[in-house]
Amino acid sequence: MTTNALRPKTLPSWLLLVLILALAYAVIPLFGTGYLIEAIMLPFLALSLAGVGLNLLTGYAGQVSLGSAAFMAVGAFAAFNFNLRVDGLPLLVSLVAAGLTAAAVGIVFGLPSLRLRGFYLAVSTLAAQFFVQWALTKFSWFSNNNPSGVIDAPTIRLAGIDMTSSLGRYYFALIVVSLLTLFAWRVATSQTGRNFIAVRDNETAANFIGVPVLKTKLLAFGLSSFIIGIAGALWAFAYLRTVEPAGFNLDRSFQILFIVIIGGLATIRGAFLGAALIVVFPVVLSRVGSLVFGSMFDSGTLDMTQRIVLGALIIAFLILEPDGLAALSHRLRLWRQAPAPAS
Amino acid sequence: MADFDYLFFLEVLTGGLLSGVMYSLVAIGFVLIYKTSGVLNFAQGSILLFAALTFVSLTEKGVPFALALAVTFAAMVAIGIAVERVVLRPLVNKPPITLFMATLGLSYVIEGAAQLLWGTQVHGLDLGIEDIPFEFHGILISTFDLFASGVAAVMVVGLLLFFRYTRVGLSFRAVADDQFAALAVGLRLPRIWATVWAASGLVALVAGLLWGARSGVQFSLSLVVLKALPVLVLGGFDSIAGAIVGGLIVGASEKLAEVYLGAFIGGGIEGWFAYVLALAFLLVRPSGLFGQNRVERV
Repeated sequence: MTTNALRPKTLPSWLLLVLILALAYAVIPLFGTGYLIEAIMLPFLALSLAGVGLNLLTGYAGQVSLGSAAFMAVGAFAAFNFNLRVDGLPLLVSLVAAGLTAAAVGIVFGLPSLRLRGFYLAVSTLAAQFFVQWALTKFSWFSNNNPSGVIDAPTIRLAGIDMTSSLGRYYFALIVVSLLTLFAWRVATSQTGRNFIAVRDNETAANFIGVPVLKTKLLAFGLSSFIIGIAGALWAFAYLRTVEPAGFNLDRSFQILFIVIIGGLATIRGAFLGAALIVVFPVVLSRVGSLVFGSMFDSGTLDMTQRIVLGALIIAFLILEPDGLAALSHRLRLWRQAPAPAS
Repeated sequence: MADFDYLFFLEVLTGGLLSGVMYSLVAIGFVLIYKTSGVLNFAQGSILLFAALTFVSLTEKGVPFALALAVTFAAMVAIGIAVERVVLRPLVNKPPITLFMATLGLSYVIEGAAQLLWGTQVHGLDLGIEDIPFEFHGILISTFDLFASGVAAVMVVGLLLFFRYTRVGLSFRAVADDQFAALAVGLRLPRIWATVWAASGLVALVAGLLWGARSGVQFSLSLVVLKALPVLVLGGFDSIAGAIVGGLIVGASEKLAEVYLGAFIGGGIEGWFAYVLALAFLLVRPSGLFGQNRVERV
């Protein structure tokens, strides 16, 4: 990353962080409409967290996973079952337990990474995707023998306060996301994070300088799945208010991978920028579409246009800005400070 | 298992092997591209959908069979050239996984475009082959699957001859062998890539027509890519023979598992069984059946 000596005098980054936190904790709840909080902020928070989790695995440790939605599903269903079956367990504890369950499942499906690389590994993570979805629909114990497989999320209580209102759920999600982001940032800047990067950049060389490659890979799978699992629980409990396997399909896995690519690999804030784009973009597209084309722009057309634009966006980012929105925003700050040198 | 029904076993096995050929058909399209450009082309499924949808929509509009085939093939060539220009060329020398993610984006674009262009309804596709099962020594065999296997066999032989005896085919192999060396002797990489994408488009067209005739032309057609991936993992990404053998293994074991294991752990295991099988296999041989072993250097 950049060193302080090279960084021009813009807003100090701690001040920026304080501003963002103030915006998230005070300004949005005060002035945001219900729509903003329910339909934009809640999915944004859950997807950002999933993006942060996947970024640890794919961005830092270099292991591409196409099974993120499966770990989200594990987290959501584990949280539901812990909450249901253990009496009086505080929600935060069942959330952590859900994360640990997802981590365990993640480590199991991460085992192939000990022998496989690149494409072979990416394909093998699809096994997690299909297996988990099958198991959750097949064995009705997971969904408490509910015939439709769709279950209502429990009420959200934090320290005895009912937080099931939309504002309450927003704060709940925000607190969880803040804490886990801090955790992910600590991991990424610690020796563990540097080991991740070493394994990503050159596995054989990392091995030579004494990085425990196998342990590091499994740790990456575990930590990433832990965070993604909790993101899944947030997605189901705070945003959708229902728990169902169908919502955690392959498209969701791709969506999270796209968030990481668009946002920027191996950056924490990239996950947030990418998730913001992914969440806001369909809304903007449908508004613009119906404004320009009127009634011609129905939901089918919207769906297809959305796919095309999203796909094109991925390709464009990979070609033009491989480091994603995070790099773009960083350059924007530099450029605002001083005119860019001619190059 | 005293009263093991061998006839039934053989019938399931044959059915599985024949449906495995259908997987191989899709997998071959992947192998072509992987061999020459080192890209795992996730968009192969959506190209297959695009080809089948274009062909069906044209014939439904009254375009004769041969002309529709020609137009669709032309569209495949156009896609090949466009992909080389817009996606592959700017990403030259990027890590393979970046290219893979680009094809993921590409699959979204092509899927969206195909359905925006031709609509999302399900089309029936009749290739004029009657699917009446016939009996062979007491085993029922699907005529259609047999026909599909015949087509696959012809295609594979054609591809092998093409790779061995034509100038273009030889240049494909040269590029697959060593890109830099191929460049150094004056082979034009962009043209070869565009050709190979067009060729895999042709394979996708054939596979799309056969799959479409079997299960209707619709969005879910692009999901056959998910069936082909374990086949590729089993056979190795860079081997046509591997794609065929892998397809046969996956097809047969999937059907056998569904029939004999499905009863114990509940049905519907087709979705993931192939992946678990491929994984178990990979743990023993990380580069697949026929894949090349990679030498590790720092």
